[in-house]
Amino acid sequence: MIPGTTGGSSGSAAIVTEGLHKRFGDLVAVEKLDLRVRRGEVFGLLGANGSGKTTTIRMLTGLLPPTSGGAMVAGIDVVRDPEAVRRRLGYMSQRYGLYDDLTVYENLRFYAALYGLIGAPGRTRIEELIADLGFTSQRNQLAGTLSGGWKQRLSLACATAHRPDVLFLDEPTAGVDPAARRHFWEVIRALAGGGTTILVTTHYMDEAERCQRLAMLWKGRLVALGAPHEITAQLGQPSLEDAFIALQESEGAAA
Amino acid sequence: MNIRRWPVWPMLLKEFIQMRRDRLTLGMMVGIPAIQLALFGFAIRTEVQHLPTLVLDDARTSESRRLVATLVNSQYFDIVAEVRSRAEITDWIERGEAAAAVIIPHQFSRDLKRRRGAAAQIIVDAADPLSSQAALAGANLAGLTFQPGSAAGGRAVDLRVRPWYNPMLSSSTYIVPGIIGVLLSLTMIVINAMAVVRERERGTLEQLIVTPIDRTSLMLGKIVPFLLVGYVQMTVILLLGRLLFHIPIRGDLALLYVMAFPFIVACLGIGLLFSTLVRTQAQAMQAGFLFILPNILLSGFMFPRAAMPVAAQWLGLALPLTYFLEILRGILLKGVGTRALWPELVALSVFAVLIVTLSVRRFHKTLE
Repeated sequence: MIPGTTGGSSGSAAIVTEGLHKRFGDLVAVEKLDLRVRRGEVFGLLGANGSGKTTTIRMLTGLLPPTSGGAMVAGIDVVRDPEAVRRRLGYMSQRYGLYDDLTVYENLRFYAALYGLIGAPGRTRIEELIADLGFTSQRNQLAGTLSGGWKQRLSLACATAHRPDVLFLDEPTAGVDPAARRHFWEVIRALAGGGTTILVTTHYMDEAERCQRLAMLWKGRLVALGAPHEITAQLGQPSLEDAFIALQESEGAAA
Repeated sequence: MNIRRWPVWPMLLKEFIQMRRDRLTLGMMVGIPAIQLALFGFAIRTEVQHLPTLVLDDARTSESRRLVATLVNSQYFDIVAEVRSRAEITDWIERGEAAAAVIIPHQFSRDLKRRRGAAAQIIVDAADPLSSQAALAGANLAGLTFQPGSAAGGRAVDLRVRPWYNPMLSSSTYIVPGIIGVLLSLTMIVINAMAVVRERERGTLEQLIVTPIDRTSLMLGKIVPFLLVGYVQMTVILLLGRLLFHIPIRGDLALLYVMAFPFIVACLGIGLLFSTLVRTQAQAMQAGFLFILPNILLSGFMFPRAAMPVAAQWLGLALPLTYFLEILRGILLKGVGTRALWPELVALSVFAVLIVTLSVRRFHKTLE
């Protein structure tokens, strides 16, 4: 079965948006977006800078209220009950959200404790994360002194300490070397294999290829939706990169 | 909710770890009070002693000359001229060439000998309140140490200080206790505004908002640790002020610490409010200093409020520091207690509640 060809029933959907709309003054950042992401799916939001990817993620995590429309994450209405949603989601921002003046261990302990992971279960979980991500020798190192790739790993560990149902990743591999990026995607696939739904924004084509399905955004509008090969077919292009460039050129010509 | 799982605990632990590693905060706790105290404190010691003083001696006796000598020995007065009339005094003081004058009436020695309590007058240009403090201190000192000589008994002389240009002048030292209030507001506002803005700048605030942490925990995490910093700072200034400048502590020190609570909370609230208005740490710092300027001018820290125009007095009432200075001076200098200071305590508590509520509301909005 090809993902994307079947539109998943609402029962198995981890993220549903209906007419999700955000306007900043005169600028429409996200225009009436309808999406449906299945449980355990790795779903990509692909688009250039300013296409509305980050705004979409911020609305889904309750950081920004939508101007109109709504969204359900893990079966909970994001607009009505953002607090309940927050217990079920993990979020890794472009800036990693780490405390540079805390050690690796202290960062993990802090974020785990915010979700109520304290005492023996908390310690067990932190040790598990440290072992999984290979942080054993750096556990007492200040996060500010880690390299980009290690910061990214730590940020992911902090975002998943509470085993969220839905994980949002906002351009997670910007400024990270290819080896670290590969390792990162192995972890992502393992998480998805364990049933975590993952929504990732990117403008890297190789990263987009790793997603099961993609939504391509252009100036806040959804312009293509489906598996990577379906998108290339829809747009009549040999590769995602060609599709991406063709889209920019055609839109540029139309404007 | 299980109290052990309340996110305020990890938040507080995190803030304390960060504070321990943050040299700037530690420096502001101890370094700045020391520098400020030295600046203000030594200015008081050097500048305000040696007031240029006139002598109008109508008695012209050995006792009157001894009184002048005692005043000079107090280090507060330097005799610059002998004058013959009050008109001359006015003239000298208006020209700014003298800041004080000693007037000894012709019956001075006779009163001393009759043990009637001889009176002499010290006039001081109180346009500069610091001069009047000095004149008061010098007059007190001279009054205590004056020995009229063998002719008279041990009866003390009655030295009356008349402040000119500023008759409402209140007694005793203005500046040193005030430094506690000024420094607390400055550091509390700036440290707290910067701490919140730093989280925003580094992207950790965004991360925090996505976690289930409640707003109360977030706010308490930013208020409680800095409240302790405020108390440490206050203690440092009190200790230094006591050791270096011998500031009196006439009232109940515990009461001062209790009454400092709403003041520090109000300052932290202002800091939170500023953090919602500025974007960068540098701006937070600037906003803090901009806010402190009217505080220094209008709160009564430098200039007596009674001598201000009515509009300035009203503006001063809008500043928490105004009330806290009353409390500081009341407890440290006058030794008064709750009965005299409850209006200030009420005012500060109202401020604290209002400002914290306002900043929490605004804080919430900026998260959206």
